[in-house]
Amino acid sequence: MTPSLDAYVLLSAALFAVGFLGVLVRRNTLVIYMCLELMLVAATLALVAFSHFNGALDGDVFVFFILTVAAAEVAVGLAIIVALFRARKTVRVDQLDSLKH
Amino acid sequence: MYQIAFLSLSILTLACALGVVLNKNVVNAAMCLLLCLAGIAGLFVQLHAYFLAFILVLVYAGAVVALFLFIVMLLDMQGGQPWNFRAMQGLAGFIAAALLATGLGLLAVRGRLAAGPPLSHAVGSSLKLYAYQLFTTYLLPVQVIGFLLLVAMVGVVVISRRTAEGSE
Repeated sequence: MTPSLDAYVLLSAALFAVGFLGVLVRRNTLVIYMCLELMLVAATLALVAFSHFNGALDGDVFVFFILTVAAAEVAVGLAIIVALFRARKTVRVDQLDSLKH
Repeated sequence: MYQIAFLSLSILTLACALGVVLNKNVVNAAMCLLLCLAGIAGLFVQLHAYFLAFILVLVYAGAVVALFLFIVMLLDMQGGQPWNFRAMQGLAGFIAAALLATGLGLLAVRGRLAAGPPLSHAVGSSLKLYAYQLFTTYLLPVQVIGFLLLVAMVGVVVISRRTAEGSE
């Protein structure tokens, strides 16, 4: 007895919501970035589940691309965070408000 | 048997995801992210996506989390920064996340996602099929993605160098 597609999609939705919550609630740029990664991985899980339950490999191939893009994104994003920290001496989003007014 | 494995893996994954969100210490959050990714890799194995589970552990757990930890070390953040988010913002965040979860869940339950019986590939043949698809149908995207990685690498070098000159 294997778990159904619904179970995997529900789990993926819950993971995505948790990541979304983290992006909204946390103030540390690094933790916000980790929650973004969490959301990406949740979408990945849904793709793999759909791909498996439909007997096609296209979803799996797409997940490969998502992982590659996520790796590139993390590298660039963390470089930007480091540059930001050098310029402003903080990584907290409530202190990075130059564009607010 | 499969159900028990799925339940325990999903509980591990969700608990660690909540740990990422709720942990005050950044290093602890990164460790929770690592465990969460391990749970996801286990779920991939359950879905017969062995290659993707391997790649996930290699790229995410190996490279991304290590990069996060390096940056935490580099920026010298003191652990246990206070929460101090405003109550209204926290409440709004929780409500928004709950709404999102309900909407996605309803879509999953009511959307009649029922699919045919899953095809069970043998392990080797599945990987062979995967590689075949990657290098025939998706050959152009693979090359574009490779170029994207190159661009990202050059971009990171440029960003780091420019700030180094600017700070002097």
